[in-house]
Amino acid sequence: MQEPKNLKYTKTHEWVKQEDKDILTVGITHHAQHLLGELVFVELPTVGQSVSQGKEIAVVESVKAASDVYAPISGQVVNINERLRGTPNLVNTDPYGEGWVFRIKPERREDLNNLLGALEYEAHINRI
Amino acid sequence: MHSSQKTPLYEKHLEMRATLVDFTGWSLPLHYGSQIEEHHYVRHDAGMFDVSHMTVVDLHQKDAQSFLRRVLANDVARLVHPGDALYTCMLNARGGVQDDLIVYWRGDSNYRLILNASTRDKDLAHLRAEAVPFQVVIEERQDLAMIAIQGPHARAKTLSVFPHSLQESAKELARFKSGEWQDFFVARTGYTGEDGFEILLPRKEAPFFWDKLKAVGVFPCGLGARDTLRLEAGMNLYGNDMDESVTPLVSNLEWTVAFVPLARDFIGRKALMQQKEQGVSQKMVGVVLKTPGVLRSHQTILMDGKEAGMTTSGTFSPTLKRGIALARVSTEVGATCQVVMRNTQADALVITPPFVRNGKQTF
Repeated sequence: MQEPKNLKYTKTHEWVKQEDKDILTVGITHHAQHLLGELVFVELPTVGQSVSQGKEIAVVESVKAASDVYAPISGQVVNINERLRGTPNLVNTDPYGEGWVFRIKPERREDLNNLLGALEYEAHINRI
Repeated sequence: MHSSQKTPLYEKHLEMRATLVDFTGWSLPLHYGSQIEEHHYVRHDAGMFDVSHMTVVDLHQKDAQSFLRRVLANDVARLVHPGDALYTCMLNARGGVQDDLIVYWRGDSNYRLILNASTRDKDLAHLRAEAVPFQVVIEERQDLAMIAIQGPHARAKTLSVFPHSLQESAKELARFKSGEWQDFFVARTGYTGEDGFEILLPRKEAPFFWDKLKAVGVFPCGLGARDTLRLEAGMNLYGNDMDESVTPLVSNLEWTVAFVPLARDFIGRKALMQQKEQGVSQKMVGVVLKTPGVLRSHQTILMDGKEAGMTTSGTFSPTLKRGIALARVSTEVGATCQVVMRNTQADALVITPPFVRNGKQTF
């Protein structure tokens, strides 16, 4: 599967979408959900919570494994995907759409430039 | 790396685009797309598993019964009609569980054992070593495939693909009984907590039979669903929930040990009697998470803030939609406990397994 070109990525398999200048949506990539298998539980962050880049902020669990989700950028959580509480497998069926995990207001928008582009991310997952 | 062994249904799994994994040296399907969906098929309809990796051993000749009364902790003298089956542990001299298995009596001095795949080599070595003083022939049946069909509609759907001559008699088979017709060995046993059959048949016939079952709506299921189903059913998995370091008495398996008659000197009896006399300090229980989440093996169980045991198998129960686990804990455990999760302690219920039987919650 091709990674959407309009998103930014991390080496830890999160994707980031710029919604407007103040809001970023974050999820986990197709590659990550595929490795985990069907998700059965997502531990979401709390709205209002401050996060710093690279720190664990959510947990996604499949029948076989649990995996941390890391904050791709420092900022404040402004929204979470409540639907994942009842239907965590939205992350599997639509990782770049309805399976988003949380939204964040970044501290410094420039930090976005440190993230990977789609081609760089693809190169990264092909290496590992 | 040695390459995995293939069952006679390997091509079928490829055809269905299964996600294959290596399971103790066998290439087997983990799932065919969705292990959760496969789980629900077994709870609500009918699913089938390729379990041809399991070790099948036939015993013949005059000492077969006395040999099994020596090597098995349950007593094959309890099998009174040909076709009767018994679940049992095979123990070492310390009472540790060497393996768990089902033994079927096939009449006269003929028995069939179905053992785990992961323990094949040590089991065969153990059986052969213990057989020396007995007149018994031990024959591994690598020429057979095995398919488990499980679920509330499993029997009806399976019967519909049997030849007419076989249908009537297989329909009459009671729970935990087996019968043999032509090339088919049919047992009303399983590892899911649902009704169904486990069928042994010649390897070359397996793909054809698999296709016939699929055509009547029996859904292929992988090892992933097999694990969540057996755990919901409160059934132990050898290597996870018990092994050679623990006895049946601390593994929720005391009911499978036949202490009577006292004169039967089975391997491990002495150690078990000693343990009983001294009193056991641990037992196996079921744990159900009160909060959302998933349980895993090797998580610490707390009772009033103190360490009280460890989970041995854990998962997310697709039927209950909660985290469940089997755990070996102090016999003093109460009705609730805490489980040490990744970065928190979660409240949980302590129950007597199973969690689910015939599709319904049991606690």
